[in-house]
Amino acid sequence: MTTEHISNGLIGASIRRVEDPLLITGKGCYVDDINLPGMLHLVVLRSLYPHAKIISIDTSAAKAIKGVVTVVTGAELPEHLNINAQVMFPGQKIPPHPVLARGAVHAPGTPVAAVVAESRAIAQDACNAIEVEYQALPSVQNAEDALKPGAPLAREELDNNICYTAVKKGGDVDKAFAQAEHIVRMHIVSPRQVALAIEPRGIAANPDPMGKSLTVWLSTQGPHRVRADLAGTLGMPENKIRLIAPDVGGGFGSKGPLYREDVLTCYFALKLRRPIKWIATRSDDFVTTIQGRDQAMTSELALKKDGTMLGLKVRVVANLGGYLQSSTAGPPQRMMAMAPGCYQIKDCHVEVVGVFTNTVPTGPYRGAGRPESVLNIERLIDKAAKDLGIDRLEIRRKNFIRPEQFPYKTGVGMEYDSGDYFKSLDKAMKLSNYQDLMRQRDERRARGEIVGVGVSTFVEPSGGAGFESGTVRIERSGDITVITGSSSHGQGHETVWAQIAAEMMKAPMDHVTVLHGDTYISQQGTGTFGSRSAVVGGGALATAAQRVIDKSKRIAAHLVEAAPEDMVQADGGFAVAGVPEKKVSWRQIAAAAYSGKIPQGMEIGLQETCFFDPRREAWGYGAHVCLVSIDRETGAPTIEKLVLVDDCGVLINPMIVEGQIHGGVAQGLGEALREQMIYAEDGQVLTGTLMNYAVMRAGDMPPLTLGETVTPNPFHPLGVKGVGEAGTNGAPPAVANAVMDALAPLGIDHIDMPYTAPKLWEAIRQAQSDRA
Amino acid sequence: MTAEPENTAIPIKVTVNGVKHEAVVEPRTLLVYFLREQLALTGTHVGCDTSQCGACTIHLNGRAVKSCTILAVQANGKEITTIEGLARGDAFHPVQEGFREKHGLQCGYCTPGMIMTAAHLLETNPDPSEEEIKHALEGNLCRCTGYVNIVESVKWAAQKMGGKNVSR
Ligand code: FES
Ligand code: FES
Repeated sequence: MTTEHISNGLIGASIRRVEDPLLITGKGCYVDDINLPGMLHLVVLRSLYPHAKIISIDTSAAKAIKGVVTVVTGAELPEHLNINAQVMFPGQKIPPHPVLARGAVHAPGTPVAAVVAESRAIAQDACNAIEVEYQALPSVQNAEDALKPGAPLAREELDNNICYTAVKKGGDVDKAFAQAEHIVRMHIVSPRQVALAIEPRGIAANPDPMGKSLTVWLSTQGPHRVRADLAGTLGMPENKIRLIAPDVGGGFGSKGPLYREDVLTCYFALKLRRPIKWIATRSDDFVTTIQGRDQAMTSELALKKDGTMLGLKVRVVANLGGYLQSSTAGPPQRMMAMAPGCYQIKDCHVEVVGVFTNTVPTGPYRGAGRPESVLNIERLIDKAAKDLGIDRLEIRRKNFIRPEQFPYKTGVGMEYDSGDYFKSLDKAMKLSNYQDLMRQRDERRARGEIVGVGVSTFVEPSGGAGFESGTVRIERSGDITVITGSSSHGQGHETVWAQIAAEMMKAPMDHVTVLHGDTYISQQGTGTFGSRSAVVGGGALATAAQRVIDKSKRIAAHLVEAAPEDMVQADGGFAVAGVPEKKVSWRQIAAAAYSGKIPQGMEIGLQETCFFDPRREAWGYGAHVCLVSIDRETGAPTIEKLVLVDDCGVLINPMIVEGQIHGGVAQGLGEALREQMIYAEDGQVLTGTLMNYAVMRAGDMPPLTLGETVTPNPFHPLGVKGVGEAGTNGAPPAVANAVMDALAPLGIDHIDMPYTAPKLWEAIRQAQSDRA
Repeated sequence: MTAEPENTAIPIKVTVNGVKHEAVVEPRTLLVYFLREQLALTGTHVGCDTSQCGACTIHLNGRAVKSCTILAVQANGKEITTIEGLARGDAFHPVQEGFREKHGLQCGYCTPGMIMTAAHLLETNPDPSEEEIKHALEGNLCRCTGYVNIVESVKWAAQKMGGKNVSR
């Protein structure tokens, strides 16, 4: 901050959320709550085959059903209706991704026909009446299998299954390995997960009577970005589309991109000049919404005998699925950028091979490459400690980037801003009573129990992906309007943004109104993902607010005929320094600003906009500790203790930060213990409903102990770092290390997540029979 | 789901949030779609198609029920309370208040179902243990909160209600 301001204590306070009264009374407005007169409904017929040629589609029976308005197949749609992925790597292949299959399907769930009807039920009936003849083609589901010679081609138009390869490297990795006294080798696969926002995806579109412009309500994380993609696909000017993100029922990365059904809905709305709605069923969501993780990592870590890390080589085989969404190539890139974690490893070579398979496309899911990366390095370091007989805390401390080394340039070219990893590990040790935990473990082991303790120490980049916008306007009344390009889907922006503005402007919070999620209201924006809102959106808001304060100060000075330097912020406005009764309120300043009673040469009005791009990421970090026991008879793991120390810089609303950590941990534990999207050998989806895809329920949550350290981000006006993904990044590796610690006495070296009871039971049984 | 009722339409009478309704529904219309689409009570949400998520939970004759598991015709003659009918005027139900006080919601999509389930729990068991709360919420999924603060919200409400059965 350049201007002094007296804190009214709002930043840092656990303020109850402004959003809640509507949502707890059932008065929220999610996409499916939008009903317009004459609204039609879209339902999509999907392929059950993972890979097949379409021989014929007979829609005649569907068309004959009363109430059906139109039935369309891919061949009948304009050729430009495709989902267009960005080129993120040189040489990346981008095979066609039509909104309705044209001739072939490459993943289960691929839309093959669309029905628009007077009601959802009729549209569904009509879908059921469509006859499709397929010719099944050989398919491949596992990305490593897809690279083997003779593997089926997931995309028959290509000559192999590789979409791209990319490398990040630094230093001289060969030299490092030549000096190695020990090399740890591991192969680790992160399980494929479903984002599973409880509100399935959905869209409603309303065309103007001339079919020239559109109002769209979309359950999305980034209204402006998705509008640009939608306009591009439809061939429409971007500013003829008003895109509104109403209340959005969770996203976790999956509601970032433009999807086929979005395009179809808008296309039909324009064509038929009727409002149309499409709402995913949960079953639709399981086979159409981008899935996360599914990266296979083969690594080598070179060390000295004393545990000093010398070099790291990683080869990531990333399963991209059958089609590319705009963001599909993103997570593997993230994985690479943080491969050395919080350790000093200057000599790195990280390679990613993005692979097509006949599965649902992957893309960013809470963490988006971070959890994979942390899992990889944290398993490696534990294995190194075990191999070399060094304590796992000692080996971590030996290799941590030290506080005085920041800003620190890593072996893969990233610059970390700040941190004290020793402090956070110490705090986690203390909070978990680590020594005591280890003693308990040993005692229980001696009694024949299977018990383990695991630790993870990690970094997590936040922000990134360019700019965010913020506008602060003082209305004529002196009320404060904040407009952000970063829309919320549960993160509490309306509360947090109001806290920031009210604190900076020294105004009561209820004088602040936060507007977001509507392209007609807000200037261009980027969106909410990658733990970026507080960092980038908050930075934009703080900068815009500061500009308003600076201008207002001059107006206030003008009004009391003082010098601007003599004005200070006071409750509700400004006052002359040392003369508190010489006060100018926001209302008086606003009245002057809009009536022209302002210093000569100053522009009328009182509104400032900032497009904020920090041009660097904010590197949060943490240390998590887990105590796990495993039932020898059933293999069932129980997390008995989970301690989470996170550092996200300055906390704006600790209650909301805690909520973010809780939610992230629940998803992380899902990954560690039970969640996995499974495709059968023949490519069928085996976990396509909530009956067989196991998510965490209330009773599954272990007790959590939260702690924090605060390292203000030196490169940010508010000092904040992101936190939304902390739980998914740090907790699963802590669990993995605990489970592997528990199984180590049985001679088990590594098992991939999720640690389901049958999997652990089988491993224990196998290990015991090997020993017998 | 609703479709234009033709000869298949069936008349029903239900009382929803104290208001009597007479309506005609298709035999296959699920109660949740009747509430959402015919009565415009959109606070009751749909989160799945296999009766797992609990976003659609309402009270049917005083019991918490997933409104996607029954047909509208099965509600004939019954009394329904939805999330819209839980507050008394501007005064939130203690469970609603608890969710606000304890940050028991983020995106809010699961929240109406959670609140209806919790409200029913506290009517039948005014002073539940943590285990009992978690058990009661077993059929309600939340992807945002990790349930930690939901459990706290219900505890808060139980305390606020003084361990007494506040009937409504
Ligand atoms: S919608 Fe009723 S349980 Fe999911
Ligand atoms: S608050 Fe989002 S699903 Fe529960």
